[in-house]
Amino acid sequence: MKIAVCLKQVPSRDSVLRINAAGNWIQETDINYEVNEPDIYALEEALRLKEAQGGEVVICSLGPARATQAIKEALAKGADRALHLEDAAFEGLDANGIAKVFAAALKPENPDLIVTGLQSDDLGFAQTGVMLAEFLGLPHSTIIMQIEVNGGRMRVKRELEAGWFQWIDMPLPAVLTIQSGINKPRYATLKGIMAAKNKPVRKVSMADLGINQQEIAPGLKVLKIYPPVKQSKTEFLEGSAKEIAVKLVDKLKNEARVL
Amino acid sequence: MAESILVFAEHQGGKIVRPTWEAIAAAQQIAKEAGASVSAVILGENLTAIAAEIAAADLKDVLAVDGAALKEYTPGGYCFALKKVIEDRKPDWVIFSHTYQVRDFAPKLAAMLNRGLASDCLGYRREDGRMIFVRQVFQGKFNADIVLADETPRLVTFQAGSFREDAVTRGSNPAPVFRIAAAPNAANIRTQPGERFREAKQAVDLTQAELIVAVGRGIKAPENLDLAKRLAEALGAELGASRPICDSGWLPMDRQIGSSGQTVAPKLYLALGISGAIQHQVGMKGARTVVAVNKDKEAPIFEVATYGIVGDLFEVVPPLIEELKKVKAG
Repeated sequence: MKIAVCLKQVPSRDSVLRINAAGNWIQETDINYEVNEPDIYALEEALRLKEAQGGEVVICSLGPARATQAIKEALAKGADRALHLEDAAFEGLDANGIAKVFAAALKPENPDLIVTGLQSDDLGFAQTGVMLAEFLGLPHSTIIMQIEVNGGRMRVKRELEAGWFQWIDMPLPAVLTIQSGINKPRYATLKGIMAAKNKPVRKVSMADLGINQQEIAPGLKVLKIYPPVKQSKTEFLEGSAKEIAVKLVDKLKNEARVL
Repeated sequence: MAESILVFAEHQGGKIVRPTWEAIAAAQQIAKEAGASVSAVILGENLTAIAAEIAAADLKDVLAVDGAALKEYTPGGYCFALKKVIEDRKPDWVIFSHTYQVRDFAPKLAAMLNRGLASDCLGYRREDGRMIFVRQVFQGKFNADIVLADETPRLVTFQAGSFREDAVTRGSNPAPVFRIAAAPNAANIRTQPGERFREAKQAVDLTQAELIVAVGRGIKAPENLDLAKRLAEALGAELGASRPICDSGWLPMDRQIGSSGQTVAPKLYLALGISGAIQHQVGMKGARTVVAVNKDKEAPIFEVATYGIVGDLFEVVPPLIEELKKVKAG
């Protein structure tokens, strides 16, 4: 089966983020990037399906030139080839616009299954995968913790709140958004890293897709970002580790009365 | 003309779910300030009793779409029906709670209507007549102000706990319930849901625990869990964890606290190396006393902590265990 994986490059969790001069995004220079964590699980699921069923894994990533690094990582883990959606016109799109761009890029690929992480670690709207399904006219399911493909159909385990689950039976082709923890993602091997150098990465621009700017005009805008206003009355305990321990035990015993 | 707000009412096991009441509270608050009206829409089969439950709120009306094809939730069935209701009633706003069900279908509905979707908002404010929604970005490191384009309907989902269920205004009389013929047919529904179930091995009930020590990414490696276990023993506490720890298999899933795990309300919650993303906070903000140990002083967990310790948990915890042992012994 042919499986497409939509993955996004996001600032790494350990990066110290600063707000840009315009106040509407972070400063993108001098920080490290990594593959969005839920997308890593989606990629792993795609690789396992390919290993079990045969076929091909195609990466589809939208982002500036730096996203090449995320694509290389996915190819090094075992994906076969990639589409890199790169165009200045793709900047500042909302999830709706991004999903339209993905849909236009993936339609000619005709994948049997499209997987992506349930949300991104940067904006976290949790919309792109579901919107992509709609624009491709495909069924979808979200927050998936297990996939069992059987011929032209599959059974997927969907996570619900508070420890509940549900199996969903659905046809292929389809789009699934994958929950973190569904599997144990592999690391790239040295052999994989070497092999990735020769795997095809095709750049795709707005002109290649036949979309006009009007169609993807954002319906949602980020006006500004800022540190959360501190509302808490947290009492910070300071000193040496020993002093802190003494203070905390005293507070827990005599102030909070929980000991 | 006065604006109109439509609230999506979710139900489970014959009851309206709690986050729906919070969404009603949000809609009523917005409506009060804007002079708008609030309606609710409910989908399902044999809705008489549950429509009456939601009609007790102070609403203009309740729109009920009843049909066998809506007996079980499916994204295809729900979006078909909601799109028809929205086209029929033309609300200015549609408000949802950001539940797993809404996350499953609201982006599809937004795509069908070709609208933006302000998802997972924590609140809003009105500025120069414009509604600005506030939500977290970068895992809670920053907040973002976002706006939707002018075209209606404008779709918004609010995170659970952003508004208070007990702020819902009840009506002096039940709101009228109108039946709307918008039920989908089989062709609109391509996914077949099975029964809801829980994993049988849910062995640990953290919901009743009085004291909890919870660990997050800051614990760094599974072999370091022993330190947290020794702290939990010294306190007589249960051990819990944030999602990444259970995802990595370092602790079983039934130790997980947060929106996808257990919701706890202990007397003491001691968070070790947990940054406190919203999904985690949802599961523990009922704790009476929260102690947070984290090396990042900007970590969102400090927003909900009673006592905060900015530092390396590997330095802070060992003397804490010693002090606790002394107190217990003395």
